[in-house]
Formats: sequence, structure tokens, C-alpha cells
Amino acid sequence: MQKTWNNKAWFLVLPVLLIVALNAVVPLMTVVNYSVQETFGDNLFFFEGTRWFREVLHSDRFHASLGRQFLFTFTILMIEIPLGVIVALSMPKSGVWASVCLVLMALPLLIPWNVVGAMWNIFALPDIGLLGYSLNALGIDYNFTRQPVSAWLTVVMMDVWHWTSLVVLLAYAGLQSIDGAYYQAARIDGASRWSVFRYIQLPKLKHVLIIAFLLRFMDSFMIYTEPFVLTGGGPGNTTTFLSIDLVKAALGEFNLGIAAAMSLIYFLMTLLVCWLFYTLSMKGETQ
Amino acid sequence: MLELKNISKRVEGDLHIDDVSLRLEKGSLNVLLGPTLSGKTSLMRIMAGLDQPTNGAVYIDGVDVTGVPVQKRNVAMVYQQFINYPALSVYENIASPLRIAGKDRETIDREVKRVAQLLRLEPYLDRKPLNLSGGQQQRTALARAIVKNADLVLLDEPLANLDYKLREELREELPKIFSESGAIFVYATTEPTEALLLGGNTATLSEGRITQYDETVDVYRAPRDLVTAQTFSDPPLNVLQMAKKGDVFELSKGITVRVPDDLREMADTNYTVGFRPHHLSPEPIPGHSVALDVRVRVTELTGSESFVHIFYEEEPAKQITWVMLTHGIHDFDVDQKIQVYLDTRTLMVFDLDGRVMSGSSSQIEADIGQEQQMVSGGEHGSH
Amino acid sequence: MARINLDHIRHAYSPNPQNEDDYALKEVDHVWDDGGAYALLGPSGCGKTTLLNIISGLLVPSEGKILFDGQDVTHLNTQDRNIAQVFQFPVVYDTMSVFDNLAFPLRNRGMGESDVLKRVNETIEMLDLGAWSKRRAQGLSADLKQKISLGRGMVRSDVNAILFDEPLTVIDPHMKWQLRSQLKLLHKQFSHTMVYVTHDQTEALTFADKVVVMLGGEILQIGTPEDLFERPSHTFVGYFIGSPGMNVLPIALEGASAHLGAQAIQLSGGVSVQPSAKVEMGIRPEYIHFDPNGMDVAITKVEDIGREKIIRAQLEGSEIALVLNENEPIPADPKVSFKGAGINIYADDWRVDMGA
Repeated sequence: MQKTWNNKAWFLVLPVLLIVALNAVVPLMTVVNYSVQETFGDNLFFFEGTRWFREVLHSDRFHASLGRQFLFTFTILMIEIPLGVIVALSMPKSGVWASVCLVLMALPLLIPWNVVGAMWNIFALPDIGLLGYSLNALGIDYNFTRQPVSAWLTVVMMDVWHWTSLVVLLAYAGLQSIDGAYYQAARIDGASRWSVFRYIQLPKLKHVLIIAFLLRFMDSFMIYTEPFVLTGGGPGNTTTFLSIDLVKAALGEFNLGIAAAMSLIYFLMTLLVCWLFYTLSMKGETQ
Repeated sequence: MLELKNISKRVEGDLHIDDVSLRLEKGSLNVLLGPTLSGKTSLMRIMAGLDQPTNGAVYIDGVDVTGVPVQKRNVAMVYQQFINYPALSVYENIASPLRIAGKDRETIDREVKRVAQLLRLEPYLDRKPLNLSGGQQQRTALARAIVKNADLVLLDEPLANLDYKLREELREELPKIFSESGAIFVYATTEPTEALLLGGNTATLSEGRITQYDETVDVYRAPRDLVTAQTFSDPPLNVLQMAKKGDVFELSKGITVRVPDDLREMADTNYTVGFRPHHLSPEPIPGHSVALDVRVRVTELTGSESFVHIFYEEEPAKQITWVMLTHGIHDFDVDQKIQVYLDTRTLMVFDLDGRVMSGSSSQIEADIGQEQQMVSGGEHGSH
Repeated sequence: MARINLDHIRHAYSPNPQNEDDYALKEVDHVWDDGGAYALLGPSGCGKTTLLNIISGLLVPSEGKILFDGQDVTHLNTQDRNIAQVFQFPVVYDTMSVFDNLAFPLRNRGMGESDVLKRVNETIEMLDLGAWSKRRAQGLSADLKQKISLGRGMVRSDVNAILFDEPLTVIDPHMKWQLRSQLKLLHKQFSHTMVYVTHDQTEALTFADKVVVMLGGEILQIGTPEDLFERPSHTFVGYFIGSPGMNVLPIALEGASAHLGAQAIQLSGGVSVQPSAKVEMGIRPEYIHFDPNGMDVAITKVEDIGREKIIRAQLEGSEIALVLNENEPIPADPKVSFKGAGINIYADDWRVDMGA
């Protein structure tokens, strides 16, 4: 909707625009700049064109971390979205217990990401950690620092523990906004619990779940801190996701050109997937 | 005076307002009458300065204010929902526009009490709005709009969320309240009866166009075209095709109706004839009615009146539905074949493009058939 | 279809009601006929929604029983009562087609697809929904959505009653006429027991065989539209039914004549009331006429509402309203008289009979 033009308003948003420019646009342009040049320090740059992009796109290492990344993101989405909805559905709708549940649900979201990594690291240690020790005591051979499968399971569990709450809170808010008449109509129509979910709750949650999906996709696609603290990308490279790989390339190996090209490729991929998902899911929607 | 000149509003390709020109005088009450999505709210937002028109200009007292935002215009608005400050008392709610304007304490107290009396809110001044009934909440919102002493007060279906009887009471009071303020009032509604009860002037809206603007009863009695007549009819207007042949209109079944004197000169061709439901009667009106055979669809009785929904066979195998509204109780059965009598003095004749050829014959305007201006001179009307 | 017994029902929202005022619904003890159309009419907070919720099974009354065809359903929940309901805001299953919406209650009850097809197609025909049957319900206009809601009830052959909760609230005036008359027609043709809650007298009167007028949790009168118009049993009914409502004027009684200020009005019979009672005369605007031999009035306002004029005037210090037909003139020296058959007498707001 077109709003009335008020020139003064621009002066008020100007500081914000400047901060955004410094924060986002300038670094992004620096990255673009790095991605097409070679540097050996001393502020000496040589133009390389699309070389870094071609190298990245053809490198096995990139393919491998991209594959791991997609597998990871897919796995956690497949767990967190349904789990979040199920938890939201089973939470009380009003009363003291509703508040208690909401606070409990919000807790994991309040913990700093590196602390989450550290917590799970200690929790899962096979010799002293509660989880690791218990599993081994039960006769399950579990060691996330040595076994790829154990490492994967731990990273996934950690992410699910940390982020399912977000989906729960979004879905809970969405469910609360459904008018009681819908449930009553469904009861009158003799609908089963499943039908109520399928034909009332799910359609009404659609928009909320699209937001949840996009948020969790973007976040998990760029995940860094928690797996870095937990496994450091190991054992071997088995939990080296895109961002960890990127940091290795940029800071570990000082391949700034490669790293810049990688981050631009990630950026475009995230954008593309979000756009695709959004357009497809909004298709056939009538306002 | 508020003047809209050739206002259009396009949103994402859809034309919401289509070339509207309107002149509203100080101290006038103006009803915007039209169904949902006919453009009432869009037009009000443009009047208020909440939205910019795509084309055209808005003048207040001759000054172009098209780009001036709402904060800088002296405008008040009342909505369908009861919008008050929930944490403030009724007194503080009414006082709020005065406090913002920086009035001194005595002025505020005097004004709040004056308006509270006008809207019969005195017993509730210390209460919080949410503890009041819907009617009282909306009175509070109205009081806030009135106390502001705005040049323009916009009311967007303000009674729609109230009980029927409360609506009736407020409808009767509102014209009195409005007339005590010097502001321009614009009142949007979907209900023809409400427009008639409020009086003042009415602009009928259809698909973003103003089809007519005049004194309310004139728009009702002498609609300029079919769309206006239909918009301003509750129950819906009955329509019928007739062919003019010389001195008579010929109905399908060889029934003829004398053409009113002033329409004798009209070309012999087909016309659409409109008449209101209370101009059909189960009993003949001697000398002024024609009998028609109809079949009853269903009868609704209110205890004092009957709404008889009927089928009339306009052409073989082509049925149209009408409503007959009549005093007394006439409980016809479903599918019963009856005769109804059409009062031939009250026919509104339109050409096939929907332009009026005649009003109710007493009210015919001199300049009918010509290109009409949409602007009328406020309180006095154009005739 | 079922007969509904409301057997000494009372309801309070607080757990321990101390006195009458704690009850949101005061005692209701009535039998509603099988196949009848009932409207619950009253202002907001009058208890009509409470009563509807008790019938639908959303609320269990604090006291009393509710029976459908003699079977006690007081403690049955909504789905076991075999009722249907149309809500204020249309409830449809957005992702389903119109056809599937109507088929939903049947499929949920395990009906075979061929029977479903037959029943749904019949219902679609009843409601003139044929043109939309394959359309998704989402994005349809409000009046079509209300028809779909109604259809989900009509499609079942086992419904005991269809309940309506202010179903025309979001419908434009022109569509209201269509939908209302169609509802009336459906009731005439299929005789479902219907209960309709509204604050709009026109909807209540046109829809119902019997209108239940409520105020403050109490039923003031149950009657046909004609009863409510001609013989309102309480002054509130007189006021609430009719636009404008009944004129209620303070009078003093003397045998078979009523004194209104300096005027004496002859009644059709004598009335006996308690000496301490507040006595009033009710006369509808429709029963007051201009009459050269009548009582003097001073006209204060004329409202031209198109097909009639509402005249507001002062008569012996009281404000009265009368209704004039479109073409009737207003006399220069206005005097009015009351039509005898339209006069009702009230003592402390309740109607008292006039002796012959």
C-alpha cells in the first residue's frame, strides 16, 4: 500500500541506513572484491576474474562439505519441524502450565551458541559426560571424537535440542490464533483427531511453518559455532560443514580469494533455495 | 470545504477508486453508501490523507492538500471496531486529543464534560472502556472524534458491530450530534436504511465510482441510473424488461402499462423498469395498478409486515425473482400461484445502458439524459 | 429431527451461585417442537448464547436436563448429540473443494462413496451450489461459505437440530435477503428443527415460527412474530420488536378508561392492577394515526426513510413515534388517535389482560 510521502522521515532512518551500509554492504563488497583477486599480503592484489569460483565449484572438498551440509540441514529440518509441531500441539492451551511450558521452551534459545557447544561437548564425553558415560555403560560403543556416526548423532541431537524450541514457539502461536469455532465445527462433523490436524491446524499453520522452515534452513545452512566447539569438524572432516570449511580456507590456509568465492556461492545458494521454497509453497494461494 | 477532483486509486493494477469528484460543504453530513469492496474505505483513507491518490487532487478550503500527511490535517476517524485506549479512563480517552493539542486544564475539563453530556457518557467517565458495553465503547470513540474539533470526521461503518437496537438509538442521535459540530462528516455504510435514517447527503458507490451524490432522499427517490437504484434499495430493487410501443409499455404476456406522459417521446424500444418491493401489493390500487401472475417462492412474516419472495415469468421459461413488501400478514404457501398488483405510478425507467429515463414521475429532474455532473451544492442540493 | 426438552435448566458461570443474579441463564422450562424454527432474540449479554451453547453441548447447565426426543443428552458432548451449527464467521475447510467440504461429515461417519456422492449432490442442489462444487472453499465469498457451513449440516440425514449463531453478521444487505429467504425455504421444504440466535429482530421474526425474547438471562416471551407484535408481554419486548419500538406512556386507570395527562382513552375492557403498580400503556407507532378529532400533538422531527416516514412528536409531555406511509400527508394541525386493538396495558412492565 502506498503511504504518504514524508521527506522528514528519511532523516530519521538515515542513521540506520548508514549502519546497515557499514555492517552489510561494505563487507559484502569487500568479499566480492576478494573473490575476484589474488593477494599475498602487503595489500598487493592481482585480478583473477572467475578463477576462484571455477576452482571452488570443481573442488572435491567443496562438493563433500556441501553434501554434508545438505544432509545435515535436511536431517535437522525433518526432525525439528514435525517435532516442534507435535510438541506445540501437546502443550496446554491456557493456564499456569501454559506459561511454565513456554518458559521451559524458551530456555535453550537463551543460551549462547558456544556455550551450547561446550555443554554438549562435556555432556557427551565418553569418559566423564553423563550421556557418553551412560551409553557406554549400557554397552553401546559411543565416542563422538573418534566415530563419525557418533559425531553426527551428537551434532544433530545438539541442534535439535537447541532449535526445536523456536519451531515450537512459532507453531504454538499459530495454533493459538485458530478460532474455537473451527474445532467445534470439526467435532460436529465427526472429524477424527488426525482430520482436525490435517484439515484445520495444518492449513492454518502453513504460513507460520514456512517462516519456521526458512529460518531454520538459513540458520542451519550457515551453522558454525556449535559443531566447531563440539567436534571441530572431526573426526577427520566428517562434521566439517560449509562454514567450518570456509573458516579453514580463510584463516587456516589464508586462501582469501577461495574463501570469498565460497561465501558468495553459499550466499547465492541460500537465497536461491529460500526463493524457490517460498514461491513453490505460496503457489495456488489466493488472497 | 473538502473537494476531491478526479481522484483515482490503483493498487497493484486493480482500480479501487475510479475518477471520483466530490465537494463536501462545512457542517454537512455525507453518507457513502455501497456494498463491501465498493471503495468506501479507500476513498475515506484518501480524504484523511492516509493514502495518496494515484491521480487527482484533494483540496481543503481551496488549498491543495494532496501530499499532506494525516498528522498535519485536522482529521478524526471512527472505525467499525471500538478503538479506545484500554488503560485510560473514559474521561482520559476523551481528553486525549485535547492533551495532545496542549489545551489548558480548564478547557479540557469543560470540553470533555460537554461532549460526554452530548453522548450521554457522564455516568461512565471514571470507568475503563473495556468495562463498558459495546454501545458505550463506541460512544467513547465518537466522543474522542468530536472533542477534537476536527475539520473532517470520518466514520467507517461505526455501528456495524453493535446490536440492532443500539444501532437504532445511535442512528437517531447521531444527526443531532453532528449538527452541533461544524465539521464535515463522512459516514460509510452498506445499509440503505441507515443512509435514509441519517439523512444529509448520500453518495452511492459502485465498483469504485460515485454513481450519484445528492440529498439522501433525492438519491433514493430519483436515482440517476439503475446501479444507484439497486445500491440504494433494501430489500433489493425489482427489475423487469418492457418494450415501449407508442403509448404503452408491453409486458411479456400481452399486459400493457400506460407510458407516463413525460416519457411519451421516448424511442420505441426495450427498457429496463425498476420498482421498489413496497410498490407491489396483494390488493389492487384502483386506477393505478396492473395485475401480474406470479408464483410464490417463500414468504417471510415479521408480525406486522410480509416479505413475499415471488417468481415472475418474464419470458417463457425465463423466471426472475422479486420481493413484495406489504403491511399485514399474508402467509402464502410455497409455489402458490397468486396475483400481485404493480403500482404503475412509481416505475423507474432505464435505457438498456442503465441510464434513467424517469424517476418516480413526481421527481423528474430537468436535465435528465444529459451528461450529469457528480457535484452538487451541499445542503441545498442541485434542484 | 428432534423435539427439544429444556427441563428446568439454569446456568451460572461461577461454581457457587448465591442468588438469582449469579445465573447467566435463569430458569428455562420449555418444550420445543420437532421441526420447529426457533429464534433466540435479545441484546448482547441476555443469555441467548449461553442457551445455545447448552443445546449444542459446549456447556453443561448447572441445573436441569436437556432431552432430544425424550433422550437425556445433558452430559453428552457435541459430537454425540448429532447437531449441526453455522457460526457467526464462516467455518469452512479451506484446503478442500466445496464438494469435499459437504462430504466430510459423511465420510467421517464411514458412509460409502456412492451414498456420499448421492447425498452431497442432493445437498448441492438444495443450496444452489452446483457452480462451485469443484472449487476450493478458500477465497469464496462470505455468503457462499455460510451456505457450505449450512450444507455440512443438511447433508446428514440424522441431525437432531441445526443451530445458527448470528449467521448473517458478515453478509452484505443484498445477500442477506437472498440467504435469509433461502433458509426459510429450506425450513419449509425439509422441516429441520432449527434454533437461530440473533440480536436482529428482522432476522428473528422472518426466520422463526416462535421467537424467544430474552433479557438479563430471563425469557420474557415466547411467541409467534404476530404475538410479539400485537401483544408484547413485557414493555421490553414491545421496545425491542419493531422499528421504532412500541411507545410506552405513563397512564392512570379509571375503570375502562386510561388517563394520559389530560386525555382520556377508552379501553376495550376494565383492567385490574395492584394500586402500587407502575401502570403504562403500550401502543405501536403503526397504530397511531392522524385524526382531525384526535389528541393534540407537537411534531418534533420527521424522518423520511423512503417507503415510510417516522414522525416523532410530543403528546401530553411524552415522546411518541408514529409511522406514516410514503404518500400520506402530514396535517398542518396534527392531532392523533390510537387504534383500540393496538393498545396494551402494562403493570410494572408486564402486560395485563383487559376484561371484555
